[in-house]
Amino acid sequence: MFDGNLEDMIMTTRLGEVVKWARKNSLWPMPFGTSCCAIELMSVLTTKYDISRFGAEVARFSPRQADLLMVAGWITRKMAPALRKIYDQMPEPKWVIAMGACASCGGPHNSYAVLQGADEVVPVDMYVPGCPPRPEAVIDAVIKLQERISRASGDETRQGAALAPRQEGA
Amino acid sequence: MPTARQLNFVERLYLPEIVRGLSHTIRHLFRPKFTLQYPEERDVPLSRFRGMPALVRDENGRTKCVACKLCEFVCPPVAILIEAHEVADHPVEKGPKVFDINMLRCIMCGYCEEVCPEEAIFLTEKFELAAPSRAELVFNKEQLLEIGGVRPDPYHKWG
Repeated sequence: MFDGNLEDMIMTTRLGEVVKWARKNSLWPMPFGTSCCAIELMSVLTTKYDISRFGAEVARFSPRQADLLMVAGWITRKMAPALRKIYDQMPEPKWVIAMGACASCGGPHNSYAVLQGADEVVPVDMYVPGCPPRPEAVIDAVIKLQERISRASGDETRQGAALAPRQEGA
Repeated sequence: MPTARQLNFVERLYLPEIVRGLSHTIRHLFRPKFTLQYPEERDVPLSRFRGMPALVRDENGRTKCVACKLCEFVCPPVAILIEAHEVADHPVEKGPKVFDINMLRCIMCGYCEEVCPEEAIFLTEKFELAAPSRAELVFNKEQLLEIGGVRPDPYHKWG
C-alpha cells in the first residue's frame, strides 16, 4: 500500500495543505481592466463588497507581485500580446479569472478585432458571466477558485486550466 | 503665481493635524458597518433585477416555448440557439428540440423576455454562475426549464 517512507509522505501532505491554505487566502489580484468591467472590479474592492475578507484586496499593478490575473473587459487583438506578456511575468503559482462576457468569450463583440475570449491567449481558471457581473458574482468566483486551490493535489502549483479549444458558437 | 504661506509654529508641529485626522478615523470605527458579508448575507434584488434567463412551464407542465426563434433573432450577443421540432400532443404543434443559452455570451439585457410572444422566457434572479470551463456555462433546455420552474398563466392562449 505504501511505497517509500511513511513519515516523509505524512510530512509532505501536511506541508502541502499549509501551502494551499496560504495560497488560497492571499490571492493578490492584478487587475487587467480594459473596459466597463473594471469599474465593477473597483466596486469589488470597496467597503461594501470588500474582497479583503478573502485575502484578495491587495491589487498589484505589477505582475511580478500578483497571483491572480483578473481580466476585466474585452481583449482586442492588439491588446492580446500585452495580456500574454503580463501573464508570463507573473510568478507561479498563478490563476486567471475572466470577468464578464467579453473576457470570457468576446461577449457581444463578435468582431475580427476582438479576441473571442481571453482564453485564446492565457489559460483561464474561472469564467464569470455577466455584463458586467455583479460584485457578488466576482466574489463567488474567487470563493470557487479558493475551493479549487484547496482541492489541488500534491505539489501541483496550479490546477491546470489548459488552453481550451474554442467551441463552435461558444 | 501664488506664493507659499509661511507656516506658524503650531502648524509646523503637525501634531494638531495628526490628532484631527486620527480622530476622524476613530469616529468612523464606531459608525455602523456597511460591508455586505456576502456569502452569508445577500442584497435583496430589486424587482427589475435582470439575472440569468430561463424557460418556464405553465401549471400543466407544458413547455411554453413554441420555438418561434424571436429571442434567438433579437439576442444582441447571439447567445441563444434554438432548433424546432414538431410536438404532437398539444395544439401548438411546435416546440424547441434544442434550446441552448450560452451564459458566457449572455449579457442579461432582457430582450428575450421582452420579445417573447408566449411569455416563455424570463430573467431570473440567478447570477452567481462562475464556472471553471466554458462547457459548464452552456445551459440546455432541461437545465433552463429546471431553473425557470413553473409560472402559471393568467389566461390560456392555447385552450
